[in-house]
Order: sequence, then C-alpha cells, then structure tokens
Amino acid sequence: MSERIKTGDGGIILTNAEDLMNWARLSSLWPMGFGLACCAIEMMAAYASHYDLERFGILPRPSPRQSDVMIVAGTVTFKMADRIRRLYEQMPEPRYVISMGSCSNCGGPYWEHGYHVVKGVDKIIPVDIYVPGCPPRPEALIGGFMKLQEKIRGEHPLAPELFLEMEDGVPA
Amino acid sequence: MTFEEIKNILVAVFGEMISPDEKGLQPSITIPTENIAEICQFLFEDERFYFDYLACITAIDNGPGLATMELIYNLNSIPYGHELMLKIIFPRNTEEQPLPSVSTVSHIWRTADWHEREAFDLFGIQFKNHPDLRRILLPEDWEGHPLRKDYNAQQKYHGINVRSEN
Repeated sequence: MSERIKTGDGGIILTNAEDLMNWARLSSLWPMGFGLACCAIEMMAAYASHYDLERFGILPRPSPRQSDVMIVAGTVTFKMADRIRRLYEQMPEPRYVISMGSCSNCGGPYWEHGYHVVKGVDKIIPVDIYVPGCPPRPEALIGGFMKLQEKIRGEHPLAPELFLEMEDGVPA
Repeated sequence: MTFEEIKNILVAVFGEMISPDEKGLQPSITIPTENIAEICQFLFEDERFYFDYLACITAIDNGPGLATMELIYNLNSIPYGHELMLKIIFPRNTEEQPLPSVSTVSHIWRTADWHEREAFDLFGIQFKNHPDLRRILLPEDWEGHPLRKDYNAQQKYHGINVRSEN
C-alpha cells in the first residue's frame, strides 16, 4: 500500500477513447437473468456472496433490453430454442453470448439419443465463449467472463471499417 | 384393506371383467379398456375403497411386434392408506390407423388431466372426453410421439437439425 494521502485534488489519466470505452464495457457486463437447467444453479452460486460476480460489475438484468451478455446456462430444447433466439434478437448491440456447460456447447449427454435437445446453442445464435463442464463450477464461469473481457479489450468500437480492413489485411 | 379384500369386492361387483395378477412384485388388476371410467368411478365413490388419489398414469408401448399398448393407473386412498394398481391393455395403431382411444378419468381425478396429456404427447394415446387434449411437454407443432418403440425423430425443427450431424 502506498503512503499517499488522498487530497481530493484529482489527477490526470491519459488514454484514448477506444480504450476507455472498452474498459467501461468490460467492467460492467450485465448478463440477462435467466437459466435453463442445472448449470443455472452454478450460475446462481457464482452470483451469490461466496463468488460474488458483482465485484466484476456483473449483475443479472431482468430484461434483454438492458443486457450485454446472455449466459446460456443449461439444456436448450427445441421448444426453448425459438424463445432463446427471440431473446437474443431483443438484446441491443454490442451483445455477447456465453455458452455454459456441455448441453449448450454441443448437446451434452443428449448428443446422440436426445430427440428434444438442440445439439449446441451455436446452431441458433452466435457464441463468443464456451465454458466446458457438466455443470461448470462457478470458477469456470468466472474464467469464461475473464475470456470475454479479454475479447472486449481487443475490440475497436470507434475505428472506421476501412482501418479495420487495413489492419486485417483484407481488401475492401 | 389388502389386495385380496379389494379383489374380492371387485369380483363380486364386476365379475368377469376383473382379472387379477398376483405374480409380480406389486399385485395388479387388469380390466377391459372400455370399462376403465366406470370401474374408476366405482373405486372413487365406494365408501369401502375411497380411492381419492390417483398417484400416476403410466403408459407402455409394447412395440409393433406385440402390437399392444398399456396404461397403468396407481390409485391410493389417503384416509384408509390402501393402494391398487389397475392395468388396461389395448391394440396399438399402425401408421395408417387412427390413434388408440381410451376413456378419460379426468372427470374423476383432476390430476389425470395432465397425466393423460403426457401419455398423449409422448405415446400418442387419445383420451375420449378429455377437456383439453393438447401436447404438454413437446412443442405444439412437433411430429410424432417420441416414446413409441418405432419412433424416428424428424430431420429438422424450425430450420434446426434435430440429429447431431456426424
């Protein structure tokens, strides 16, 4: 700990708008508050006091309109698939998806003999982060959020598309 | 009341319709399919039985070989503490034939409403006079009845592949 005495005078931080924006986004990832199966129990444990996701600025929102990230925590049935797709479409951009657990990664134990399970939620919506496990422990979910933060840190929300194409070496 | 006593009363009232089976772990009574509602009404109303609780309705598909299906009704009497297993066996339909049809017991026990909807959803058994016979678990526009022995899942549902690709 430093010996610095807080004076309230304030200081100066030099940064660029893009880094500031990325930092703000990744420090307040608001997931949509919903769960589908046993993975949701682990997700709730991660929200609760012991693991306390709120220390990362992660707190569940009751509406897709206020959410940045969707945690697909559990088995995605065909009946649920339509609803998930609709909820995803209701989220404002930029939006992210964390697929939590084997069921939503690839169908899990229903891979071969489950007629009712979508074989991976990436069949219906784009997934940014896959968290393995059956179910994953809260630490694994937190690891998934760390990965997502890394991904957001590398984004260019303000750069014109032309610059991005130059950076990627893709002709316009 | 023991199974023996229940059986004797039922045989005295319904005679030939009652065929008991005491070999299994749990003794049961097989009755003709068309009399299910009538016999259930009696078991529910008769003061000696007072079967006020239908614990479960189980459906079984014996496959296209035997070409039969079964329904098993587990009844309990909460005040008396006795129980009874009723069975009905009826022919199974082939693809061109209409679904097999059984009388509902949902007017006797409200709980039968959802149990019968489940049997309809997963096994394709129709229940005559059921108040609201819709699928209960699967989506409304699903094809087929998945717990049948000869069930094959559809290729796609709303554009999503149903089976894993490899």
